[in-house]
Amino acid sequence: MSFSNAVRQGYRSEIEGIKAAGLFKEERYIHSPQSAEIEVEFPVGSTIRKCINICSNNYLGLSSHPEVIAAAHAGLEGRGYGMSSVRFICGTQDIHRELETRLSDFLGTEDTLLFPSCMDANAGFFEACLNEQDVMIADRLVHASIVDGMRLCKAMQDSFKHSDMGHLEEKLQEHHDKRFRMVLTDGVFSMDGDTAKLAEIVALAEKYNAMVFVDDSHATGFIGKTGRGTHEHCGVFGKIDVITTTLGKALGGASGGCVSGRRELVEMCRQRARPYLFSNAVAPVIVAGALKVLDLISKTAERRDKLESNARYWRGLLKNAGFDLKEGDTPIVPVMLYDAKLAQDFARDLFNEGVYAVGFFFPVVPKGQARIRTQLSAAHEKRHLDFAIEAFRKVGQKQGVLGLGKKELLARCAA
Amino acid sequence: MDEITKVVRDYIIREYVQEGDEQEITETTPLISGGVVDSFSMVSLLRFLEKKFAIHIPDSAATPEAFDSVERIVALVRRFQKAEVGSV
Repeated sequence: MSFSNAVRQGYRSEIEGIKAAGLFKEERYIHSPQSAEIEVEFPVGSTIRKCINICSNNYLGLSSHPEVIAAAHAGLEGRGYGMSSVRFICGTQDIHRELETRLSDFLGTEDTLLFPSCMDANAGFFEACLNEQDVMIADRLVHASIVDGMRLCKAMQDSFKHSDMGHLEEKLQEHHDKRFRMVLTDGVFSMDGDTAKLAEIVALAEKYNAMVFVDDSHATGFIGKTGRGTHEHCGVFGKIDVITTTLGKALGGASGGCVSGRRELVEMCRQRARPYLFSNAVAPVIVAGALKVLDLISKTAERRDKLESNARYWRGLLKNAGFDLKEGDTPIVPVMLYDAKLAQDFARDLFNEGVYAVGFFFPVVPKGQARIRTQLSAAHEKRHLDFAIEAFRKVGQKQGVLGLGKKELLARCAA
Repeated sequence: MDEITKVVRDYIIREYVQEGDEQEITETTPLISGGVVDSFSMVSLLRFLEKKFAIHIPDSAATPEAFDSVERIVALVRRFQKAEVGSV
């Protein structure tokens, strides 16, 4: 047996190390569909309890929408359960291509290619499209999947300070000698909830002859007047060279992602992106559900409008209660606590009060930037948020953080 | 603080510390393991050092460990400054 006791012991002590560092992650079992109210078993074996969910990516509340479920059922009946193939062998159905075309129309791009996830889209894109003659210049807060994609690519890697356009310009000047320059950013940054300065990025990219890559996973479907994404919000619709995004958040929340953008870049992915070439086609049931999602959100902006008003209302409640928030106007509202242990204790206390939220700390966010990331949904009603704020207030009082700003909170952590 | 240390520390602050961030950078502050310097922008740092001090640092020596504090970076610069002199 190669998995000897010594090997087992080695892994065990590594896991203990993760626990000792306070970085151990535990799953909580949910016994209901994803929604604003969920039934949770935590810790394992305990009684199932109802909670308000304020940490999902179910931005438009479509994860369990009856019309999406019905469309998924129809897809299951009409096109089967699985494809048992990658796309280019015998895994492409008419509905895969239909969804790609519909996504291109929605995002305002030339072409789209589906991937098993946006993580895969980001992991595969750069290696397929750039080489050692090129440079990728990434915002320092881009998502981990972009970081992984950059690591797999032979192009030179560089970064600029978060949303610092002066610094980006310096980098573009520095790399003037490269064949291709590509600026990489999230549309909406998942941990801080702020929005990339896409209009300025596009202007700089035009000035220095660079391409622009945007991961719009936390924006597609709800940012911008009609929910097309950060490029719509920033007035640069049609000017982004590559958008990667997910079906796993606002667009039904199942799984699947895509690369959408310039025809030639998408074609390079179809020919060379390894996660596309070597993993199964997105299941027909998900494709059928996603097509229905696009129908629903193309017909009316009602859901994204409700989400926007929920986010504004929630932000106001938290501010009035005296919490320190990251500024922004997206449905990601981080409640800053700065200290990792405090964030964990806070989340635990919230759960005991019937609110499901999670503490984030290093390495997910920089050291000393621990927080509770709250996320709004169009599935939230006012009563959910009123209930949640009472829990936040109660726990805030218990932990002694209400009314404290960054300096006071940091001093409290140091004490 | 000698000249090389000052140049390196100033560059780190200018290049990596976000505006409004009150993080203090001393000669021993962990840079990469402490999350101040991301591994991607090590390329910029390497190019800056090579240009500023007219040295060549081979990839094998440009490890995350060697870049993990101002003190270590200065040691790296000194090592290759000597190597350059030695190779004349």
